[in-house]
Amino acid sequence: MSMSNDTILKVDDLQTSFKTRTGTFKAVDGVSFELKRGKTLCVVGESGSGKSVTARSILQIVDKPGTIEGGSIVLTRQDGSQVDLARLNPRGEEIRSVRGREIAMIFQEPMSSLSPVHRIGEQIGEALRIHFGTPKAERRERVLDLLRQVEIPRPETAIDRYTFEFSGGMRQRVMIAMALACNPQILIADEPTTALDVTTQAEILDLIKRLQQSHGMSVLFITHDMGVVAEIADEVLVMYRGRVMEHGTVDEVFHAPKDDYTKRLIGSVVRLERKAEIRLKRAEIEADAAPLLEVRNMSLTFPSGLKAVDDVSLTVRPGETLGIVGESGSGKTTMGRCLLRIYDPQMGEINYRRADGTVIDMRTADKPQLKELRREVRMIFQDPVGSLSPRKTVAQIIAEPLKLAGMRGKELDERVAELMQQVGLEPAWRERYPHAFSGGQRQRIGIARAISVKPRLIIADEATSALDVSLRSQVLDLMMKLQDEMGLSYVFISHDMSVIRYMCDRVAVMYRGKLVEAGETDQVVNRPTHDYTKALLSAIPHPDPRDRRIQNRFRYVAPSASVNG
Amino acid sequence: MTNITQLPPATETDIDLRDQTIAVAGQWRLFWLKFKKHRIALVSLVVICCMYLIAAFADFIAPLDPNATNARFTYAPPQGLSLLHEGSFMPHVDQLKMTLNTESMRREFQADPAKPLAVGFFVPAKPYAMLGFIPMQTKLFGLVNARPGDSLYVMGADRLGRDIFSRVVHGARISLSIGLVGVLMSLVLGVTIGGISGFFGGWVDLGIQRVIELLRSIPTIPLWMGLAAAIPVGWPPLRTYFVITLIVSLLGWTNLAREVRGKFLSLRGEDFVTAARLDGMSEIGIIFHHLVPSFMSHIIATVTLAIPTMILAETALSFLGVGLQPPIISWGVLLQEAQNIRAVAQAPWLLFTPAAAIVIAVLSLNFLGDGLRDAADPYESV
Repeated sequence: MSMSNDTILKVDDLQTSFKTRTGTFKAVDGVSFELKRGKTLCVVGESGSGKSVTARSILQIVDKPGTIEGGSIVLTRQDGSQVDLARLNPRGEEIRSVRGREIAMIFQEPMSSLSPVHRIGEQIGEALRIHFGTPKAERRERVLDLLRQVEIPRPETAIDRYTFEFSGGMRQRVMIAMALACNPQILIADEPTTALDVTTQAEILDLIKRLQQSHGMSVLFITHDMGVVAEIADEVLVMYRGRVMEHGTVDEVFHAPKDDYTKRLIGSVVRLERKAEIRLKRAEIEADAAPLLEVRNMSLTFPSGLKAVDDVSLTVRPGETLGIVGESGSGKTTMGRCLLRIYDPQMGEINYRRADGTVIDMRTADKPQLKELRREVRMIFQDPVGSLSPRKTVAQIIAEPLKLAGMRGKELDERVAELMQQVGLEPAWRERYPHAFSGGQRQRIGIARAISVKPRLIIADEATSALDVSLRSQVLDLMMKLQDEMGLSYVFISHDMSVIRYMCDRVAVMYRGKLVEAGETDQVVNRPTHDYTKALLSAIPHPDPRDRRIQNRFRYVAPSASVNG
Repeated sequence: MTNITQLPPATETDIDLRDQTIAVAGQWRLFWLKFKKHRIALVSLVVICCMYLIAAFADFIAPLDPNATNARFTYAPPQGLSLLHEGSFMPHVDQLKMTLNTESMRREFQADPAKPLAVGFFVPAKPYAMLGFIPMQTKLFGLVNARPGDSLYVMGADRLGRDIFSRVVHGARISLSIGLVGVLMSLVLGVTIGGISGFFGGWVDLGIQRVIELLRSIPTIPLWMGLAAAIPVGWPPLRTYFVITLIVSLLGWTNLAREVRGKFLSLRGEDFVTAARLDGMSEIGIIFHHLVPSFMSHIIATVTLAIPTMILAETALSFLGVGLQPPIISWGVLLQEAQNIRAVAQAPWLLFTPAAAIVIAVLSLNFLGDGLRDAADPYESV
């Protein structure tokens, strides 16, 4: 009996499926789990594992054409009464009284989950009005109290503001306040920190944890990030293609995983916790070799007045990988695009040394020069969907730069086949269109396009951030293999410190358009000198539940401007 | 973390490749797959195809000469077609008996079931030239062994005893083609001007957009009327027809130009366009290799939605008497003839038959356009 008292939500053999053109797609296929009172259950899985659909099924808010085909979702109330949520009418009175009041949910996108036309006070108070009919004055008091709980500064003025006046992290706090309004017993958090920067993520995770303890809530936390799981979970449910692969306490799952998929998943996370083996074995790069690229005092101010790149100087040596790390808005992507003159920096020099030893300033290069230089300096894009034209076959995409370089006929076909093999794609797939490929494969196509004209330097802009963690290390390994084969240098832009640590020889940290720290990767990661770097490093979730670090993290307060988060 | 075994990483072959046909399906194939799901649009496509076929083969399908008058049968009502006669299969209409009501001074028609007139397919007719050049002596359907005094008015007759059905069928030629020709003109104007606007940006874009706004703010009917009134009365019908098309397409291109410009702007920011630029592709190359294929399907959808507007514009002009003039037959001209209360009260078929044709054509084109628009970007969810 004590067992069932403990369990607040019991999901048994849940089946949710979507009708598609070719048949029925079982997004959730026989999922069972129990959520204990006051505990955190993390549902973890890669994209397409059905973790979000599971969460949405509980509240019966699965997007059309998805339907719950079978199974039960039993909610046990505090008075001992039970209700099977799967049996309720999705538009009925009963499920509506559960939503928000007994089970609250927060979503991934704080941008789109709040209404832009209502003041945040009204939005938070709405649940109170609907479920309890709280009178207006009392409602305002309660909302102020909630805003204080989620640590929004100056709640008295914040309550009358609109969503757009808040940063992403603040919006997520508003969402949490909204979820807490009716004192729910269960909080479902569907990737609540995925859209946030790592330092903001740490703040939000911290907040959820503290609120859970003070309110005695159960939390069902959906995430793809094993680091986050290790930081906050009591129990873990590993999902893969709609099925539960493993279920256990966080310590069991991380330190004694039974299932092969779990092992693989944790393995790929742990792999990214240290430098790649292929890099450890490699000989040191000559420090005194003439730099391939030397950027001096580069600055770019947008017409809006935003100083996106502010006096940045860096060097790239032949054969090395320079990592650029920073949070969103730090100007790292803009900086990368300046190097290829997609944007025109107003000041500074971008000195590129060609194979024959001549040095050209790319910032002032004219069009024909630029055309030639862009064959030697190439780019890999972040978005594996948007960077490949959906209307061209793989062969056409890879062949495009070669064609423009004047290659034709049989030679071209053979080179395309060779490139596809080089990046691990079957040459037989050449007639396929990008939509037939997974994210990792698409990124390989993008890499093939980048290396097709035998470049010497590649700017990789968040090349792996759109990929699942298990694919990430594969793509990175491929990039390093190509580096060794072709003698490439990389400028690797990423917000993800683990990816930088895995692959880069040196790293530069950017913060608000400025380079705050640069040095050997080992030194920056282990002995950071700048406070911002320290804060960034300490906010990264560590994939070991025995060593939870986020609570003791280092906070960086910028000298002048206010802090978001 | 020492007890974790390092497994070989998951290979990407774990991930299903979508089924083979989809994998190699190009843009138009995906377009069709998505369009097929839109049932009403599919039905509309069939309807539209039928209507254009009817328009093309109007000479063959219309049982009577649309301009042939018959004083005996002024305002004759539609003759109902029956399939059976005295228990045996024989498609026929009943002969009309005309009596003159001396009180109201109106002709009254009475169907006479005792005198069936057999109706058959592929009946001989006076020689004519189908599509203007194929000599024919057969019509799709008509009276078998017609004698003087027999009549076949499927949809009734007008004040001169002309067959409304034949006139509507012939009117489809002008009314449906004016949509196509007008849209073609707007297409050329719209794509060129919109393309220039989106491509060059800056003050060129600013200027073109303001001109478009100016044009769109002019009330259309008075403008058309003014322009149409300027057409000399003595011009041959064909020239009038082309000038009218020009007039209706004069404003139609603005929508298209905006659509093209918008697509240009949104596509220019796409990574694959940036990639092409970094590959060293020229701006012209980017336009024709990447931008045009990407918005082609959108243009087709917009164009389809523009055709009904053109048809309605022609109808409106002709109805007001400033568009096409008799003896040209268009749906608007037919409606103009039903413009008085007497016609509506006494011979409602004068109004309803061309109106029905217009409604069906416009609705079908709208549904078709909707379906095409939904399918225009088949990559949203494959």
